[in-house]
Amino acid sequence: MQMPEPDTRVLSRKAQIVARLRAVLPDDAVIEDPAETRAYECDALTAYRCPPLCAVLPASTEEVSAVLTICHEEGVPVVPRGSGTSLAGGALPTADSVILGVARMNEVLETDYANRFIRVQTGRTNLSVSGAVEEEEFFYAPDPSSQLACAIAGNIAMNSGGAHCLKYGVTTNNLLGVTMVLMDGTVIELGGAHLDAGGLDLLGVVCGSEGQLGVVTEATLRILRKPEGARPVLMGFGSNEVAGECVSDIIKAGVLPVAIEFMDRPCIEACEAFAHAGYPDCEALLIVEVEGSEAEIAEQLGLILQIARRHDPVELREAQDADEAARIWLGRKSAFGAMGQINDYMCLDGTIPVSALPLVLRRIGEMSAEFGLGVANVFHAGDGNMHPLILFDANKPGDLELCERFGAEILKLCVEVGGCLTGEHGVGIEKRDLMTVQYGAADLEVQMAVKDVFDPEWLLNPAKVFPLDVSAARRVVAAE
Amino acid sequence: MRPETEAELAETIKAASGPLRLRGGGTRAVGRSTGEVLETGGLSGIVLYEPGALTLVARAGTPLAEIEAALEAEGQRLPFEPMDHRGLLGTTGAPTVGGMAAANASGPRRVQAGACRDYMLGVRFVDGAGQILRNGGRVMKNVTGYDLVKLMAGSWGTLGVLTEVAFKVLPKPEAVASVLLDGLTQEAAPDAMARALGSPFDISGAAHLPEGPEGTPLTLLRVEGFAESVAYRAERLRDLFAGSAVRIETDPKRNAALWRDIRDVAPFHTRAGDVWRISCKPSDGPELAARLGAEATLFDWGGGLIWALLPEGSDARARLGTFGGHATRVRGEGESPVFQPEPAPVAALSRGLRARFDPRGVLNPGLMA
Repeated sequence: MQMPEPDTRVLSRKAQIVARLRAVLPDDAVIEDPAETRAYECDALTAYRCPPLCAVLPASTEEVSAVLTICHEEGVPVVPRGSGTSLAGGALPTADSVILGVARMNEVLETDYANRFIRVQTGRTNLSVSGAVEEEEFFYAPDPSSQLACAIAGNIAMNSGGAHCLKYGVTTNNLLGVTMVLMDGTVIELGGAHLDAGGLDLLGVVCGSEGQLGVVTEATLRILRKPEGARPVLMGFGSNEVAGECVSDIIKAGVLPVAIEFMDRPCIEACEAFAHAGYPDCEALLIVEVEGSEAEIAEQLGLILQIARRHDPVELREAQDADEAARIWLGRKSAFGAMGQINDYMCLDGTIPVSALPLVLRRIGEMSAEFGLGVANVFHAGDGNMHPLILFDANKPGDLELCERFGAEILKLCVEVGGCLTGEHGVGIEKRDLMTVQYGAADLEVQMAVKDVFDPEWLLNPAKVFPLDVSAARRVVAAE
Repeated sequence: MRPETEAELAETIKAASGPLRLRGGGTRAVGRSTGEVLETGGLSGIVLYEPGALTLVARAGTPLAEIEAALEAEGQRLPFEPMDHRGLLGTTGAPTVGGMAAANASGPRRVQAGACRDYMLGVRFVDGAGQILRNGGRVMKNVTGYDLVKLMAGSWGTLGVLTEVAFKVLPKPEAVASVLLDGLTQEAAPDAMARALGSPFDISGAAHLPEGPEGTPLTLLRVEGFAESVAYRAERLRDLFAGSAVRIETDPKRNAALWRDIRDVAPFHTRAGDVWRISCKPSDGPELAARLGAEATLFDWGGGLIWALLPEGSDARARLGTFGGHATRVRGEGESPVFQPEPAPVAALSRGLRARFDPRGVLNPGLMA
């Protein structure tokens, strides 16, 4: 993965830059010791690493503003970082950049049940936002798999979703407002506790902009009252195609489950060996969860099971109690860990129209044979967000590169059938150079024009999202 | 001017030598717009509809009625219940997909389901330089690059002219019921609506009419879904408000009429005066309404959306003072800006975006300014 050469003018002024940062932050909030900056040299895309110039851990919007003002004046690139769980390399530093971590900013600032929102500092983890309102039976809906660890700041940067977004939407649908610091240190407020934008929906473009438009320090999030109950059902099928048709039929029938998860045979077998969830021996497995009152759950599940029976299921298992429900989810939730135990793997994140599912799975199978690398598939079938896991051997020279080429072919296929390169992980550095597959030159140009407005010098997370050659002119001009 | 294709539209914009006033069906004449009229009605038709994937793609000039009929045939709908501005603004014509998206027109279901922008998956548009651009796609999850779809939603044609929009649609529920609370004061209503919205009964509409159809205050709470579940939730809501005067309306036609009237602010249709739309924190509603001293009000979105009827030429913002939210003059003339002025640094960003998307300033130049 190519990254821009570090700016030697910045590297040579390191001492001065660090001294200025120390002057506005507490002592322990500036990290420059090479042993300590190691923790910041990559995010969850661990294949690529680079120690930053230094890392800073501000504790307030004012401190973030002070840091950005200095970096702006010094012409230093800034890479914002939540919890570092990005799978796309969104928080990968360069040697000339300052990592700005929001981990110390994790306070709940306001909870308002009457108006159904919570205001938090964005270093707070996703799950602990729900935790903060649990006593009153409320929750924050977007639930990325990393929700125990990932920060709201990163969720906003990547517009994160999760298994339940079929019903509740992703971050952008649950984000009401932000306090954000622009690269020049200006603090702005977008949105608030009200439901819609007054002028242009700037909040809408900030969400999902991968930390390139500003550093979001506080967020007002919509919270929802928990439903009375939820129940999953497990269904095994004889082929991927049949399982795919079943998904489509459920949706067409007017049922809106909160989640429809799909696993193929390699994934089922790995999960079963790891978690012993008691999954059936079958080619494809669906977990469908519905929620609401008991009457509503019974009615929806009745309809879903009726549809499933028409597709010749190998097994149908309705959870009878909480324990059984947990076991149904256990295998799925441990999928990534389970795969990690048996092999190195690369997790892809493409999205396709649900109707293209059988075709795409068949093509992935064929390509798997061509490349000689195994693939296990797990994905959010309700919304077409696929996560093919390509298995490779990290110790075998050339295997990673082969794996990356295979991954790129799968993502191109996603775009070809009407889908997109990334459904929830973001572009980062991982899919940066594939952007031209999905977008034309003018489409990318207009996106970059948005960055020009928010960050004219291209100092915020500059080498991400856009292909390096496409953004080169802007980054070069900015550096001069 | 009424181009018949996207390419023609792009050429028209490229060739424009002065301001263009964009028009879909011409039903949402909000704000000040001047210039030569450029209609999108020629770009019409549903491009793709996959009921099993909950996806519909249509050209911008497609009449909404055509979309609704296609969805109806498959038992689906646009969940955000777009407002029809004709009654309020006295306009004629047919609302179009592009106009709806450009206005981010959302109705009472906004509190539960989200706004128009939340159901927009992808757009094609022509910018002020005449370039044909696209963003997003037709799948529900997409974080590939910046989300310009949201930026285009509610931008009133100031950044580009929409030519095609992809929507997420949802199944139409089997049943609907409204729980009607009689006689609540304007002060008490937001509280009652908050209790309902904070319950697990999945409320899909919460509105308050200080003067309901019978001339007395009426608070309405809507539940939708499977018949049995709707009956159950309506009863639980009745229990929640035990001690108040509670009725349950289950007739689908009467429910449709009740909520359509709220959506379209029907009580103001025949009354003279300016109409302001105020978006606020729901619990601020009573205080803001008091400050407005309006001739009539209507509260939607649990109190987070106030419609206010004021004497012609009134400046609602002067009456409101500082508050968290914004006010738009939807009907009427006056000195004050139609759209809420933004704080300086935010206004600078908005200006910057307009300058990039429309460097010559030809697209609806007077709007949102």
